Amino acid sequence: MSEARFKIWRGEGEEGRFEEYSAQIDEGMVVLDAVHQIQAEKAPDLACRWNCKAGKCGSCSAEINGMPKLMCMTRMDQLPEGETITIEPMKAFPHIRDLVTDVSWNYRAKKKIKKFKPRAPDTEDGSWSMSQDDVDRVQEFRKCIECFLCQDVCHVLREHDKHEEFAGPQLMVYTAALEMHPLDVEDRREDLKEEQGIGYCNITKCCTKVCPEEITITDNAIIPLKERVVDKFYDPIGKLLKIFSSADDSSKE
Amino acid sequence: MAQYEKFDYDVLVIGAGGAGLRAAIEASAANVSVGLICKSLLGKAHTVMAEGGMAAAMANVDERDNWKVHFADTMRGGQYINNYRMAQLHAQEAPSRVRELEEWGAVFDRTKDSGLISQRNFGGHKFPRLAHVGDRTGLELIRTLQDHGIHQGIEVHMEHTVASLLKDGDRVTGAVAYDRERGRFKLFQAKAVVLATGGTGRAFKITSNSWEYTGDGHALAYEAGADLIDMECIQFHPTGMVWPLSVRGILVTEGVRGEGGILRNSEGKRFMFDDIPDLYKHQTADNEEEGWRYTQNDREARRPPELLTRDHVARCIMREVRDGRGSPHGGVYLDIAWIKERLPNAEEHIKRKLPSMYHQFKQLANVDITKEVMEVGPTTHYTMGGIKVDADSQMSAVPGLFAAGECAAGLHGANRLGGNSLSDLVVFGKRAGEYAANFAQEKGSGTVDEGQVEQVINRALAPLGREGGELPYAIQAELQEKMQDLVGIVRREEEMQQVLGIVAELKERAAHVSAPGNREYNPGWHTAIDLDNLLTVSEAIALSAIERKESRGGHFREDYPDKDAAHFANVNVRVRKGEDGRMQVDQVPMAELPEDLQAIIDEESK
Ligand SMILES: Cc1cc2nc3c(=O)[nH]c(=O)nc-3n(C[C@H](O)[C@H](O)[C@H](O)COP(=O)(O)OP(=O)(O)OC[C@H]3O[C@@H](n4cnc5c(N)ncnc54)[C@H](O)[C@@H]3O)c2cc1C
Ligand code: SF4
Ligand code: SF4
Ligand code: FES
Repeated sequence: MSEARFKIWRGEGEEGRFEEYSAQIDEGMVVLDAVHQIQAEKAPDLACRWNCKAGKCGSCSAEINGMPKLMCMTRMDQLPEGETITIEPMKAFPHIRDLVTDVSWNYRAKKKIKKFKPRAPDTEDGSWSMSQDDVDRVQEFRKCIECFLCQDVCHVLREHDKHEEFAGPQLMVYTAALEMHPLDVEDRREDLKEEQGIGYCNITKCCTKVCPEEITITDNAIIPLKERVVDKFYDPIGKLLKIFSSADDSSKE
Repeated sequence: MAQYEKFDYDVLVIGAGGAGLRAAIEASAANVSVGLICKSLLGKAHTVMAEGGMAAAMANVDERDNWKVHFADTMRGGQYINNYRMAQLHAQEAPSRVRELEEWGAVFDRTKDSGLISQRNFGGHKFPRLAHVGDRTGLELIRTLQDHGIHQGIEVHMEHTVASLLKDGDRVTGAVAYDRERGRFKLFQAKAVVLATGGTGRAFKITSNSWEYTGDGHALAYEAGADLIDMECIQFHPTGMVWPLSVRGILVTEGVRGEGGILRNSEGKRFMFDDIPDLYKHQTADNEEEGWRYTQNDREARRPPELLTRDHVARCIMREVRDGRGSPHGGVYLDIAWIKERLPNAEEHIKRKLPSMYHQFKQLANVDITKEVMEVGPTTHYTMGGIKVDADSQMSAVPGLFAAGECAAGLHGANRLGGNSLSDLVVFGKRAGEYAANFAQEKGSGTVDEGQVEQVINRALAPLGREGGELPYAIQAELQEKMQDLVGIVRREEEMQQVLGIVAELKERAAHVSAPGNREYNPGWHTAIDLDNLLTVSEAIALSAIERKESRGGHFREDYPDKDAAHFANVNVRVRKGEDGRMQVDQVPMAELPEDLQAIIDEESK
């Protein structure tokens, strides 16, 4: 057993400061264990979210030594020994208290994305036939645990505060899961461009680096979605066809 | 006067796991207004953690499967104290509920030839029956319901905790809750209320359950006058992580054994072959070769003993540890890496079938499960007991109060089969939503007594104002330790009696706890409020466990190690609030099984 020192962000809303704590560290402990120990012994009102303690629910997101991470999956022995460890809340969302931020924007932004719309079932009992290869691609995106760490690092949200214009990488992953779903027949390309603001992403790939589920957000979700949008809006033949078929649509371009 | 905001719904659903979401979707489809409340953020409920799969006799992998076999398996697993009607409805309706999830966007793993939903083997299920997505089936289920549900006009109040139900005479008329983020109180008036609050696992020290599982729904219903049954039936899952200490209790899915994982003791022996219960002898392999073939979907092979029911496997592990054949940290070994002797690209296969287990062990224990063995031991996992409901409508003894999912009782009897919970959620979540909407439409509104609301708020606020009292965390930890030691996997009368005394003392202490800080996102305060519920369910568990003087399923008594076919086979233990405000326990006779269902059971146990 050894002792580790922490600097944890405490405070409400705009007001806050680092406070120092120490915790007893046993083999295999994760940062969330240390936070719980501090809560039980020294700071009973220290606010943090958690549920599963196994990287499955995406509740315990925070910035540990400046890196966006899940507290329950960050082992103490992976952090530099002897140095004070800083734990801060995510920065891309309004602060509530201590390590808890107001992530409700993500839920509101998701609701704006058109829901799943399947083709008619293949058989009478309501089943569809799909090959495992076809579902593999969307299953990658459906691993998303909605931890919002990717939203937290994306400079468009974090630095430029474009929450109204850009839905962020997590919702690009969500949209990709819908668009590439073998059964889905909805078309979300125009919304992607206009509502979700996919054009704001300049492919820095920071989001991919922090995803605890190792989803290749940029290469597998965002870039293919961008290509689909380009196909729809900038392909000259497609454009001509569209002008003929609907005058309304073309006025938006 | 306490300040609070008011909301008014036809149907109020408390809990947003699989059961609550499914209930809310169904109720809103009936064109009534629906409010949905949950303690965590939307999509983070326990359901998200479920791994192995959901059971439904779709017969996609083995055409011999059908609802009757599923029904018989569920009854046998529950050791026949299940509510037979629930077991029947569940087996009959699960396939449609799974297909409906696909219609709403779920992406299950597929069968090779037909491209249909694939199904895997699990303990106690005769045929491969679990629809799954790798080992993250719960995530797929909850996300599908969540993403569908947000477009159905349901009003969601996330990070809200219900502190009490409200009543007008006999019937329920709503609930009082506080918002965890800001600490503000809200009155939710409703014509019907559905409880879908999950289990009670936080009453024990070693558990796979999160902070949410403080038995709130059980306690809310109990206080409102509903009956709780089968509270002695707690499922201890045989395989939780045991090392490092800080992850003790975290679940290792049964899917590992379903994919061919085997259990060994410190002498390297596959001890599960040593003790196979009579009830299962005819269905269980008697050699390693046959067991392996079963996991590879050989239809002629019988299942390996590792896939016997959870209560039995957990006790065998306890026996090995007790007799000195355990692993260094008090568990036994679970080995999936060995399958490389049988499969060409075993490493790939394991990572593909069990990705989150691979990740979990690598990250948390520094163990590569494709190369090394895991150390595992029993962990508190599931609450079979709960609110007694009508099988068809899911309504409790309190008019207008419904319950579905883990907080309701009946389907699983004395022991739940793996995979039968996720299907339970959608089958009975749907029914609860449907009947709650009916009730709301037929019965109209009751009246809310503002005095009751005021009382609830004052009581909830008390720990915040109190100075110098004990912190709630210490009391919670003490309770968990005692429950684990004294009402755990192996039970004895004197020890359980002791627990009753301890609970009484802790209740006294809990009435004087302090929660320093203010109302905003204050976990100390939240823990103080949840603690009352945890104490109520702990008392109910201990009282019920004392009452059932036999061993059955998850309930094992060293002083009564056998099943009592003459008496306890025919009763459910019931707990309810007496006139004097104290908890009362008694036994209620079970309804007799109709002949056609009995015939199915007889046929299947041949
Ligand atoms: C690690 C793990 C793996 C599992 N794997 C499987 C599996 O493979 N197959 C299977 O069938 N089952 C499995 N189970 C069991 C299954 O996941 C649960 O039984 C099931 O998800 C419970 O669902 P529910 O809808 O009843 O409750 P939950 O999903 O737990 O939801 C409860 C809801 O109630 C809310 N709530 C509680 N109290 C209050 C309150 N006072 N006020 C407001 N809201 C409240 C919570 O916030 C939450 O939203 C597993 C369980 C665990 C822990
Ligand atoms: S790749 Fe795009 S979405 Fe990802 S962090 Fe960079 S700008 Fe944001
Ligand atoms: S994509 Fe990855 S980082 Fe982003 S929310 Fe999902 S799991 Fe988290
Ligand atoms: S607590 Fe669930 S991801 Fe950390």
